Amino acid sequence: MSDIVAFNSVADEAAPQAQADRVIAGPRGRKPRRALSGRNIMIYGTLIVVALYYLLPLYVMVMTSLKGMPEIRLGNIFAPPVEITFEPWAKAWASACTGLNCDGLSRGFWNSVRITVPSTIVSIAIASVNGYALANWRFKGAELFFTILIVGAFIPYQVMIYPIVIVLREMGIYGTLTGLIIVHTIFGMPILTLLFRNYFAGLPEELFKAARVDGAGFWTIYFRIMLPMSLPIFVVAMILQVTGIWNDFLFGVVFTRPEYYPMTVQLNNIVNSVQGVKEYNVNMAATILTGAVPLFVYFVSGRLFVRGIAAGAVKG
Amino acid sequence: MQNVSVSVKDLSLSFGAVTVLDTLNLDIKDGEFLVLLGSSGCGKSTLLNCIAGLLDVSDGQIFIKNKNVTWEEPKDRGIGMVFQSYALYPQMSVEKNLSFGLQVAKVPKEEIDKRVRRASEILQIQPLLKRKPSELSGGQRQRVAIGRALVRDVDVFLFDEPLSNLDAKLRSELRVEIKRLHQSLKNTMIYVTHDQIEALTLADRIAVMKSGVIQQLADPMTIYNAPENLFVAGFIGSPSMNFFRGELQLRDQRAYVHANGVDFDVSAYPSRAPLVHGQKVVLGLRPEHVRVDEAASGAAASHRAVVDIEEPMGADNLLWLKLAGQSMSVRIAGQRRYAPGTAVTLSFDMAVASIFDATSENRL
Ligand SMILES: Nc1ncnc2c1ncn2[C@@H]1O[C@H](COP(=O)(O)OP(=O)(O)OP(=O)(O)O)[C@@H](O)[C@H]1O
Ligand SMILES: [Mg+2]
Repeated sequence: MSDIVAFNSVADEAAPQAQADRVIAGPRGRKPRRALSGRNIMIYGTLIVVALYYLLPLYVMVMTSLKGMPEIRLGNIFAPPVEITFEPWAKAWASACTGLNCDGLSRGFWNSVRITVPSTIVSIAIASVNGYALANWRFKGAELFFTILIVGAFIPYQVMIYPIVIVLREMGIYGTLTGLIIVHTIFGMPILTLLFRNYFAGLPEELFKAARVDGAGFWTIYFRIMLPMSLPIFVVAMILQVTGIWNDFLFGVVFTRPEYYPMTVQLNNIVNSVQGVKEYNVNMAATILTGAVPLFVYFVSGRLFVRGIAAGAVKG
Repeated sequence: MQNVSVSVKDLSLSFGAVTVLDTLNLDIKDGEFLVLLGSSGCGKSTLLNCIAGLLDVSDGQIFIKNKNVTWEEPKDRGIGMVFQSYALYPQMSVEKNLSFGLQVAKVPKEEIDKRVRRASEILQIQPLLKRKPSELSGGQRQRVAIGRALVRDVDVFLFDEPLSNLDAKLRSELRVEIKRLHQSLKNTMIYVTHDQIEALTLADRIAVMKSGVIQQLADPMTIYNAPENLFVAGFIGSPSMNFFRGELQLRDQRAYVHANGVDFDVSAYPSRAPLVHGQKVVLGLRPEHVRVDEAASGAAASHRAVVDIEEPMGADNLLWLKLAGQSMSVRIAGQRRYAPGTAVTLSFDMAVASIFDATSENRL
């Protein structure tokens, strides 16, 4: 800076050439960055420590699940397996015993699929139309409807469980998969509607107006204009629902019969089964298997997830 | 009145407690280019949306082609609309954007193709038909948006600030194109803008709006030369009209506006009613209606002033002077230069001046 000032003031005097050289010799181009600055060490150090902290349990689980029982009894949980065996995985999937049956997690897995897939699809379908109607059509009572929906999200589950049991019983679907799917759909509704409403409200309003001038009605605008622009938020909703419903334990126990128990309940029953010795390797394998679905979903759609969350969360 | 295209009768609209439009009346003739001009937030878009049927009116009626459309859906009103943000459907190609409305209306395929072809010829967008809106420049996007209204063969075009997202050069290009389009189609067009150049160049008539009320509805030259009130006078023209607050004085068979110790001789002013001695008034002088220096020497009533700042703008030269204790602007030809500090004499053409009552703010 001082160089430039000096240059300007002297420029029209006797020796401008020397001054110009000084300017040209100064810093130029991209500013160099040191890789090992104190700041970088702090940032990466913290990140690595935190990452290790979260990865360590997973490491222990994977290692244990690959060992035989004799090796586990040696007690060194951090040591990698001397002899790798997939026996525990096979057993966890197909033949581990709960108090009631001995066909492992597979039964729970298929139950969970039959619960999660319809619940996710139905809840997203309804919530997206709700959000669209709330954001774009501003019907009479829309504000009230929205407020009630949001307040509903803050009522603790526990308060509602018994009334819902009665309602389902009266409808004759207590204990069935249909009943559980309806429950999941209802409980997902507030947050999903909010998500979709905010996303649709963030889309340019003039687009909606243009479509109306073009003669498109409620459903035409929804399917032909809004849906194609909303892939990210649908992915977000799908991830929220798949992981939420897959990980659900409480509703699964309360609203279904044992033959329909989801994977999480089945896992609990295997791990807590009191017959015989504790098979840590089978338990670890079963736990990883149960967690594999949400993990898989995150990995596949993680980037879309972040984009959608950012888009849905910022705009009110 | 015969040949009325769009007629707005006693239109009121409020959002909750806020009244945006209050018993507004407006008749637009068949084939007329009407510009709604006003500052931001005065209710221009709201009025346009009411005419389009995108907002439910609180009270009043809207007629298009002598049909009461107050409760009709937008698509049944025979209108096409062009928005400031283009509002093209991002996932559809230009062709699909143009044909969407026709498809929804179940127009036969050959007819759709024919109309899309015709519209793209008129707007010269044939090479762009297969592209997505994101692959177009701003000017091309707005052209497509106009095309979307064009294919639907509507009676009335509504434009909501269609050019304000474009840069200055494109804006003037597209402005000419819209004017040409109007001359060849002869449709009724209602055009919202806050750009007075657009308004003056495009309009058959301009409606100047302020907080939901039409201040003056007239052809551009009348609006420019004989503004109905102080607001219109100040709003039209850039730099804006010079205003001098003062008192009317009638003596020796002549009329003067006495402002801050300076007497402006306004005997030549074509007032509508006889001027009253002692009346508090505002005298308005456009920068281009002031003569400077040698031109002024011959004139009867001349004033001396000193150049404060000079703003050369190429074709014109803008001088800021001190007169009657306030700053005033004067527009002269670009090649006439005056250094700051130069003393000049000024004279005014009162035949084209404006005088307003200071309290009612209406033209005298
Ligand atoms: N949905 C709404 N709810 C409440 N008030 C609104 C709503 N839409 C517009 N308004 C208010 O109505 C007034 C007029 O708005 P309008 O959009 O018609 O202005 P405008 O003249 O088009 O302005 P601009 O030149 O900025 O587009 C503004 O004061 C605005 O705050
Ligand atoms: Mg507007």
